[in-house]
Amino acid sequence: MTTLTARPAAPSRRPSPLLRGVVRTPYYVLTGGLAILFLFPLVWTTVASVSPRAGTAQSEGYGFANYITLANYQAGIWTYVYNSTFVSLLTVVLTLLISGLGGYAFARFTFPGKDILFMVTLAILMVPYATLLIPLYVLLTRVGLQNSLVGVALVLTMFQLPFSIFMMRVSFESVPKELDEAALVDGCSTFAVLWRVLVPAVKPGLITVGLFAFLAAWNDFMAPLILINDSNRMTLPLAIANLRVQVQGIVDYGATEAGVVILALPCCILFLLLQRHYVRGFMSGALKG
Amino acid sequence: MIARLPGARQRPATATLLPHQKGSTMSAPTAAIRAGARSRTPGASRASRRNSWRGAGYALPNAMFVIGLFVLPLLLVLQMSASKWPLLSGNQGWNFPTNYTKAFTHRLFADSVVFTLKYTMLATVLLILIGLGLGLLVQESSRWKGFLRTSILLPSALGLASASLLFYVLYSPIAGPFAETMQQFGFSFLGTPTMALLSTTFLIVWRYAGFYMLLMLVGLQGIPTDVFEAARTDGASVWQTFRHITLPLLKPTLALTTVMCVTGSLLAFEQFYILTKGGPDNSTITVVQLIYSVAFQGQNDLGVAGALSVIALVALVVINAVQLRAFAKDKDE
Repeated sequence: MTTLTARPAAPSRRPSPLLRGVVRTPYYVLTGGLAILFLFPLVWTTVASVSPRAGTAQSEGYGFANYITLANYQAGIWTYVYNSTFVSLLTVVLTLLISGLGGYAFARFTFPGKDILFMVTLAILMVPYATLLIPLYVLLTRVGLQNSLVGVALVLTMFQLPFSIFMMRVSFESVPKELDEAALVDGCSTFAVLWRVLVPAVKPGLITVGLFAFLAAWNDFMAPLILINDSNRMTLPLAIANLRVQVQGIVDYGATEAGVVILALPCCILFLLLQRHYVRGFMSGALKG
Repeated sequence: MIARLPGARQRPATATLLPHQKGSTMSAPTAAIRAGARSRTPGASRASRRNSWRGAGYALPNAMFVIGLFVLPLLLVLQMSASKWPLLSGNQGWNFPTNYTKAFTHRLFADSVVFTLKYTMLATVLLILIGLGLGLLVQESSRWKGFLRTSILLPSALGLASASLLFYVLYSPIAGPFAETMQQFGFSFLGTPTMALLSTTFLIVWRYAGFYMLLMLVGLQGIPTDVFEAARTDGASVWQTFRHITLPLLKPTLALTTVMCVTGSLLAFEQFYILTKGGPDNSTITVVQLIYSVAFQGQNDLGVAGALSVIALVALVVINAVQLRAFAKDKDE
């Protein structure tokens, strides 16, 4: 590109304060507008869920009547909160266990079938969700785990494995080998090395994996939609989605807003608390390419 | 002003950035190779064999999950797609290729494929462009940009189902914040096929823009700063720098994000299931929605649903292979 060098020298990068102000104002207007655009739906829904509206439980004044409607909905909102919490926690525990042990195996050992197992685990990402859920419905029926929250947690754990195994393998590999070799020479068993030496070292990786497993399980819609038919065993997203169609085609928007707030609240809190780990999870995803 | 000459703040050229970067992306395979080479050294064979059993033991739970919940279902869906398999009465024996013929001639098959492709194209172009734009906008770190990043990223912590329910209320002609405006001007967010597609895409952009912004940011931070310094001293304009330096060096990131976005969009389900229920007039039915409705809503035919799933899987693999090849070819040139 000859034009690159033929151009006159670039203008000074540090213009006067006045000029900077003129340049900066549209920037702040644009970016401020963007921030509002992304936050508005969440803020509006939260405010609307406690605001008065005709046709909802909260018809006059501000208050939590919509949440009370929700609390008394069918089996009671607490049943669904409990179901979702159970599925999410079981998924987190299973994911941490399997990817903790598996990541250690992939990072520190050689064993027959290692590369194939790793490739097949990553291949889960390539297969459509629905392609697996329909045969899983049949398989879980055969072993008595269809229409069961444990079955849903097992399926959700499987879908977390590509990311979690990859993440934990990279985490273990970034710990210097000398650390566990020294402990092995001192006579520790490999499990003691893993538990006492390596787990503290890969804690950030475990937090990221656990956070992603929780968010995925808490929010999942399709697995419980296909695998659960008992309304008492529905998870929260399913129950809130059903809320809309239940009452003779009339949608209770107030209760739906309250439901969305209850669904979103734990996710937003966890995200704000663990943002660093959340961002790191994405980074490791990007490194894959 | 004169004191602050462009060159004064110039950082020393960081030639070490490149090899370091290479090392970090290649760490996984090289470490595996190193480990493999070590175990083959003579003298340590008995210890390494014992070690290899331990390793296999630690990987066993992973192997059990992958075999039981991934490989087995994958084989089963192949069998289902070639068998008469009603939802309630189970396997009734082979009938290949009846299910595939039924799948291809399903009255909504062509429509759902066309709609899914249309949606995928729209969502991918928008998300890649917006993600890149946002990534460039919040690139350097400052307190304001940190706040911006957090606000843009926050929706991605929500589930797709929660986000869809949220927009279901926002788009409502009765309860939404635009209800009065909608009545006044007589438009609706989900009433016509085009509006339904655009409104759903807006929801997806809102939910995923932060995700793609972050991926772009990672890619942008991987570009060594001395390249930009060199361009600046050569007097390149902002646009020239972007067009001839940022974009080519960002190609791996663009390839990754495009493949991810295309895959995600081709498998769209929740947003349409909750927001439009496939309407108006079945105009927003995606392939995955078709699979779900054939299997569990009315027809209850797991055989045809299985055939549709296999077709979707093959299509996805082919589309991804074509994309990866196109990007790899592009890289060679």
